[in-house]
Formats: sequence, structure tokens, C-alpha cells
Amino acid sequence: MRQEKLIALILQAVALSALAGLLLITVFIFKEGLPLILRTGLKDFFFSSDWEPDAGHFGIMSMIIGSLAVTLGAMLIGGTLGLGMAIVLTQFCPPKLASFLKPTIELLAGIPSVVYGFMGVVTLVPLIRSYLGGPGLSVLAASIVLGIMVLPTVTSISIDALKAVPRTYWEGSVALGATRWQTTHMLMLKAARSGIVAAIILGMGRALGETMAVIMVAGNALEIPGSVLDPVRTLTSNIALEMGYASGEHREALFAAGVTLFAVIMIFNTIALTFARRTIRQGRGQ
Amino acid sequence: MYRSKINSALIVPVLLCFALLLTACSSQTGESVHIVGSSSVQPFVELLAESYLKNNPEENVDVQGGGSTAGLQAVRTGLANIGTSSRMLTAAESETFDSAVVALDGLAVVVNPANPLSKITSAELRDVFSGKIANWEVLGGDDRPIRPITREAGSGSRDNFASLVMEGNPISRRAITQESNGAVKELVKGDPAAIGYISLSMLSHEVKALLVDEEAPTIENIQKGHYALTRPFLFVTKGDMSPEARRFFEYVLSDEGQAILEEEGLVRKP
Repeated sequence: MRQEKLIALILQAVALSALAGLLLITVFIFKEGLPLILRTGLKDFFFSSDWEPDAGHFGIMSMIIGSLAVTLGAMLIGGTLGLGMAIVLTQFCPPKLASFLKPTIELLAGIPSVVYGFMGVVTLVPLIRSYLGGPGLSVLAASIVLGIMVLPTVTSISIDALKAVPRTYWEGSVALGATRWQTTHMLMLKAARSGIVAAIILGMGRALGETMAVIMVAGNALEIPGSVLDPVRTLTSNIALEMGYASGEHREALFAAGVTLFAVIMIFNTIALTFARRTIRQGRGQ
Repeated sequence: MYRSKINSALIVPVLLCFALLLTACSSQTGESVHIVGSSSVQPFVELLAESYLKNNPEENVDVQGGGSTAGLQAVRTGLANIGTSSRMLTAAESETFDSAVVALDGLAVVVNPANPLSKITSAELRDVFSGKIANWEVLGGDDRPIRPITREAGSGSRDNFASLVMEGNPISRRAITQESNGAVKELVKGDPAAIGYISLSMLSHEVKALLVDEEAPTIENIQKGHYALTRPFLFVTKGDMSPEARRFFEYVLSDEGQAILEEEGLVRKP
């Protein structure tokens, strides 16, 4: 009995230390970053593109726009492909093939991001440069690389959402004479909607937070991009690029960029969780 | 009951942090040589110190950054035995301090081999990187936009380039930023419109080095002081050095020390 209590205590401590880690990180980032945001002023920090750490200018607007542009591009590519993949694997594909394809897609998640970045630099960037123009390092290159990187997230969560739709829905629809495609887009996608939204938002969080691959293919220019062929700098790549040398206010400003990212990702995750919960409740309601 | 569990969970990471702090602070014994100064010189001195201490384990060398001016200040107040500087001393400074060039650092301006241009002036270079000149035609090349490639803020090469070329003008926001000499070179190798600057040691036939103000970036030109994009790495002292500091100083100027610097891409002292 005593042993059992002890084990329970140890397990609780382990579980709580993970939470303590999150808490420490949160407190630390905000303690380091928030004072600078307040000192610089919200307007000069969030709505200025003047990033010159040596001169004391810390405007991160171009990087916020960069992060959003790259994430949006990644979701257009990765979201569409991932959702399509999930539909095919759950609705139109022989189960045997699906049981082979799904793990293959999930394998993509195991490839280190620096490998994606390198592939992007040596294959994608020269292609874009010679066929579409511009320097090659661009919003487009980053979007494509990130789109592939978010595929496993979007696909596997969407598959789970589609599989969670009760079988009886599908049977009812087919029994009424609907074709497979009619059943899929009129019924299955609607029933699994919240799970799919959660999948896309989690994918967005992944795209927004990715750093290494983006540094390698995005070009990191500070100008707000005028087209998808222009280079761009994201919040994460800015932090990673300059952290090594930063001290004093510059370092604080990088933490402040971290605070911004943290807030955006928290918002994304909260939305995703809300949607995911709604699915479960709907499922239970049956 | 519940609260005490939370505390015990917090103690572990906190203790770990303390342990790390303690080990970080407990390395001071004996008469050590303090070296403070330029953050561009710092990594090289750290390398030198590392191999020096391998051969002389009884010695103690402690290297810090902070900037060339901070290094001079530390030497003046006696906090540092040796200051390092990546710029020449001003007239007033050289009255107070003794300085010796320990190595030279040169930057090559590189373009794609397909670029017909073979030379550029410092002023043109400045206008290219500040964004004033945006087409190769202006410089006598083909009609295509110029894509300048720079390094991330804080990097030694960028600081070097900014102080030698830019004269206070900011580098254009449109400039693509890469995080290593190798990445700059890779990009210039593949893009006929690109121009970048890399450390002399990275030069190869895959990219074309431009003559700057009619001078080629060669070791000889750098040692003679003809090539514009050169900066000295100085060791600065004041009065008599301690015997420990003198021994390290001599090691850096020795053939072995110079060979280490050369291997890292610097040019030997003239």
C-alpha cells in the first residue's frame, strides 16, 4: 500500500515537472521580453518595420507579416494536400493501400527540418530562380517546404477526424442512394469539420514555429515582401539568426519577438483545442 | 498536501540550475591572463588559448568579448592584461597604449562567374549595399537587378563590412541575409545577379572575386595594406605585461599561433 502511494507520488512529481518546465519558460520569456515591448511602445514595436538593433530600432512588423505570409502559403499547399490525402485514405482507397500510405506520410514528420531546408536550397530554390525569377529564396520556396513539413500533421489529424464520424452516417447516406463523393463532401466533411479545422490550425502552429528550414530557404531580407518571389524574414528565423550575438536591448528585443510568437501560437492552439473538444462532444451526443 | 508535491517538483530543475551556475563560476585559480575586447577577435583568441593551454596546462587564460573599446577600457583600468581590437587605434589611444598586429582579416567581394564585371570601387560597393545602385548596368554589367547578400546583424564579417565600406549608411533592407560565409558563397555561385562578401579563406573558383579599388584580394595585398577591405586584429597592452601574459602574447606571435590563425582564415601578421 505504502509502495503504491510512493509510486503515485513520484509519477505526480514527474507529470508536474513537465508543467513546471512550461511555466518556467513562459515566465522567463515574458520577464525578458515584455519590458522592451512596453519601453519601445506597442506602435513602434508591432507596427514598424525598422529593425536595426545597433541603432536601437526594434520594429518587427515586416517579420510578423513574413511569418503570416509563409504560414498562409504553407497552409494553402499543405492544408489542401493533407486534407485531400485524408479524404482519399479514408473514403476512396482500399484499406490495404491505406494502411501502407498512412505510415509513409507520417514518416515525413521524422525527417529533420535541416534536411528539408537543404533539399529546398539545392533543388527548389534554383528551380524558382530560373523558371519564375527573383532570387529563388522566397515566400514561395518557404511555403512549399513548410507545406510538405505540415503534411503529416494535417493528414493524420484529419484522418482521425474523418474516422471518428459514426459509420451509421455513412451507411445512411449510401442507403439513400448518394454516391461516394456526394457522401464525402455533403456529409463526412461536414460531420468532421471541427476536427479538420483543428488539424489545419495545429499545422499552422507547426509552420509558424519552424525555424531552421525557413532560415535556409526564405532569404531573410527585412523588407516586407511585395510578391511571393521576394525574400522574407520570419519571427523565428530572426531570433535564431541573431541570438548568438545579441546582448542587452537587442537580446530583450529577440525575447519580445518570442513573446509575440508565443502569444500567436497559444491563440492557435486554444482555437484548435476548442474545435477538437467540440468534435468529441458531438461524437458523444450520438 | 497537494502544495508540497508541487514544491518538490519545482526543486529539481531549480537545483539543476544552481549546479550549472556553480560549475560555471569555479574555474579561477592561480595567476591568470585576462583578455578582453573585440567580439570578432574573441573566437580566434579562444582557439589560441585552447591550444596554448593544451601544451601549458599550468597556465590560465580567460577570454571575454565586449567590444574593442571595452577592451581598451579594461586594459586602462588593469582589469585585463591584454585588450583585443579589430580596428586601428586613434592617435590619442596610441599614446596611452602599446599595440601589435597579431593577424589581418580580409573580405573578398564576390559575384557569379557569369557576371562580366571584374572590379568595383568602395563607393560603388557602398551604393550597391545601401540600395542606391540597383541594376548591374549602372556598373557596366548586364541589364539585370543587383541582389546584394549580407550577413546577419552581429556577425563579425558584417561588422567588418559595415565599418570598412558602409561609412555609417545602413545596409538595405532588401538585402538577402545568410547566416554563414558558406551560405553566401552557395547563393552567389548559383545566382548571376548576386553580390556578396565572404572571408578571404572561403574564396574558390566557383565564385569570382572583384578587384576593389583596383586591388585584388590576395594575401600579399592584404599584408602590404593595399587592399581596402582589410582590418587588423590588434593585441593592446599598457605598461609592462605580467610574465604570464607575455608568454601567451609570444605564443600568439609564434609560428604555431600564426598557423592556427591562418587555418581559421586570417592572414598572418605582415
